[in-house]
Amino acid sequence: MSVKMSSRQVGDVTVVDANGRITLGEGASVFRDVIRDLAAKGNKKILVNLADVSYIDSSGIGEMVSSFTTVTNHGGQLKLLSLTKRVKDLLQITKLYTVFEVFEDEASAVRSFA
Amino acid sequence: MNIHLGRAVSLRSETMAERKLLLDSTLDSVEVAETAVLGAAREIGFHEDDLHQLGMAVRESMVNAVVHGNRYNSRKKVHVSVTKEPDRLTIVIADEGDGFDVNNVPDPLAEDNLLRQSGRGLLLIRAFVDEFQVLPGQPRGTEVRMVKYLAKAS
Repeated sequence: MSVKMSSRQVGDVTVVDANGRITLGEGASVFRDVIRDLAAKGNKKILVNLADVSYIDSSGIGEMVSSFTTVTNHGGQLKLLSLTKRVKDLLQITKLYTVFEVFEDEASAVRSFA
Repeated sequence: MNIHLGRAVSLRSETMAERKLLLDSTLDSVEVAETAVLGAAREIGFHEDDLHQLGMAVRESMVNAVVHGNRYNSRKKVHVSVTKEPDRLTIVIADEGDGFDVNNVPDPLAEDNLLRQSGRGLLLIRAFVDEFQVLPGQPRGTEVRMVKYLAKAS
């Protein structure tokens, strides 16, 4: 199973709900395309909800980092919401906790963009 | 997909069973290897978190073998060996590529490298198994050997 991504607006924040696996191949490329598209359309406050992402491999992590850079280069911010323990562990192992802002609840995350 | 599933062969001990697979250089082979390893790991009693870690280590190693080692070359194979013992699982994954020097892989935890898109596979493998070695393949390529112990299972 690849990843399904849908976006919704909460105020001026675009929340992207991801569901599935972000791994080499379709999952990682879907993630990249969705975020790049949002950034290209001028969305500057992007919150990626990973609550339903069960599995990310090193390619998926690479696409997340690349998406972070893309959004930042467009003058925006990309933050993460609701990581599973396994994804949290991955960010810790890779030290990406120091790169991504991570939130446990959506309301706090949305407020943080203000 | 051309996959040759090896039969279990008798080794020096009845408590040890090895299964060999000869796989094509495709991403489908990543799934095949992961499924085989997880099947063996379940049989000797690894728990869910350890299965996840083993699965990730195998996926990352297989991706390295298929993508970076064999470069999807249809003439090159990936050789996988899974050996069950009562207290451990040993996995060897060998490609037929040009080989690489593990010491030349940039440290993905260095501050300057944190935002690089790639280069975290070996780091994850090391984190998820108890023993990890990268060796020159025979006669060529790269061979990675991973061991995970049941006794260390959470």
